[in-house]
Amino acid sequence: MLAMNYRGPYRVRTVEKPMPEILHPEDAIIRVTRTCICGSDLHLYHGMVPDTRVGSTFGHEFTGVVEEVGPLVQKLKVGDQVLVPFNIACGKCNFCKQGLFGNCHESNSMATAVGGIFGYSHTAGGFDGGQAEYVRVPYADVGPTVIPAEMDPDDAVLLTDVVPTGYQAAEMGGIKQGDTVVIFGAGPIGIMAARCAWFFGPSRVIIIDHIDYRLEFAKNYAKCEAYNFKDMADPVVFLKKTTDSYGADVCIDCVGCEAEGNTLQTFSGRVALMQAGAATALQWAVNSVKKGGIVSVVGVYGPPFNLVPFGNIVNKGLTIRANQASVKRLLPKLIDHVMSGRLNPKGLITHRIPLEEVSDAYRLFSSKLDNCIKTVLIPSAKH
Amino acid sequence: MEENNEDYKNIPGWGMDADAENEPTYPMKNYTGDDHNRINYERSVQQPEDVEILMSIERPAITRVFGTSVPPSGLSGMIRRYAFQHSEDRYRHWIPLILADRINVFEGLVEDIKAGEFPDMIKERGLAMEWKHNKIGILKKAATIAVVGTVIFTLTRKKK
Ligand SMILES: [Zn+2]
Ligand SMILES: [Zn+2]
Repeated sequence: MLAMNYRGPYRVRTVEKPMPEILHPEDAIIRVTRTCICGSDLHLYHGMVPDTRVGSTFGHEFTGVVEEVGPLVQKLKVGDQVLVPFNIACGKCNFCKQGLFGNCHESNSMATAVGGIFGYSHTAGGFDGGQAEYVRVPYADVGPTVIPAEMDPDDAVLLTDVVPTGYQAAEMGGIKQGDTVVIFGAGPIGIMAARCAWFFGPSRVIIIDHIDYRLEFAKNYAKCEAYNFKDMADPVVFLKKTTDSYGADVCIDCVGCEAEGNTLQTFSGRVALMQAGAATALQWAVNSVKKGGIVSVVGVYGPPFNLVPFGNIVNKGLTIRANQASVKRLLPKLIDHVMSGRLNPKGLITHRIPLEEVSDAYRLFSSKLDNCIKTVLIPSAKH
Repeated sequence: MEENNEDYKNIPGWGMDADAENEPTYPMKNYTGDDHNRINYERSVQQPEDVEILMSIERPAITRVFGTSVPPSGLSGMIRRYAFQHSEDRYRHWIPLILADRINVFEGLVEDIKAGEFPDMIKERGLAMEWKHNKIGILKKAATIAVVGTVIFTLTRKKK
């Protein structure tokens, strides 16, 4: 079968790989119909995440058709059309039982901080991902969710990560009616967080980025205010001024470890690798939220360490809430939002590229070419 | 690029998920009373361990399922095995892993050449796409590299 293959920073290609097999009685094999490139895949592509091994296949956002199931799989049947959450979760451990599907204790042997994630380095469990014609899906009765018959498949694939992550980012903000919410990063997750923030009743949603086409897109899609921080002397001062010197009620970091905008952070985090990426967005979030405010973080920060202004977190009495999205917990609510027409995830998709052209697809997204917001890869397995 | 959200209450779904109970202690806990059961839960059956898996020393045992992609091999594999002797709390876990990743890239190149194929760097890096949409950017980069290269070349020549 054809699969994406990582060869080193900024180098990927498609190769022939052996078909995945059932390795555990609760596994399923899925024939992939759609798979996305995620902003967090770029951290892998740029070589920022430790233990990303040459030969790995990325891809944690995919939909497909069930081809084969293991002997202990009960709910899923061959032929089912499913969307597969990016988290691999057993459904039985004490974290899964609490709805913390992103923190499963039985899916990642290689690290304890994060649960298993498809195609996301050995730090997230060493699973091959869905940017391939076929993929092995462990705990097949827990994650995979049958796509409602009337749902557009393009909407379905975005429910595997982008929609739940954006939604949880807003939910973790504990947004109250009339709040001002600031979102850092106008990538797909930031745009989705801005759109979902409205479900919680704020009066202002502001998005900050440095690329005009993304801001324009965010403004139209999420109906929010959009500002380019390159046009500002200082984004923190700007945000204070626009909130009566008070600060935003809620700040949401949808950027993670490859932020632009601060020379010291960029040098120490991205050039010299003295910290796990540049924590600029988190720094801005901490410094532009009001005292007693809430900072919600879904941006990816790799191990092991970051220059975070912790003194300000203490002095301002902030609450930091952060996690990988628990996709499975949120799906019922989000499927309802999509089916009722309140949310239009596929509106984010700007590019559809065959899996064979994966190198070009990664470059397009990484270099932010051709007004790219979200790319879907289409494998062509015929069987 | 400013725009006021004057008609925000007309946005479909506005305020419908507001939850007064959602105070910042999120992810909101679904309290099951099982917290002190620790790892005494009903576990799935064990996936057979037939490839080498490096396991965090902070875990009691291997997880019931695990990925079998790209087992450790070669010099990078030796460094990774060293890294996994130390906890996730230590730099001596993460720094060796980053080093191993870099070495692994060269191992990948050797692997390709051994298989009789020199990788197509321009294609793998998707440079055709960059050229199509960002010609000026590529030319600027090439010019910078040429200038820096010439300077270094001249400086090193002078020393001799
Ligand atoms: Zn993703
Ligand atoms: Zn679990």
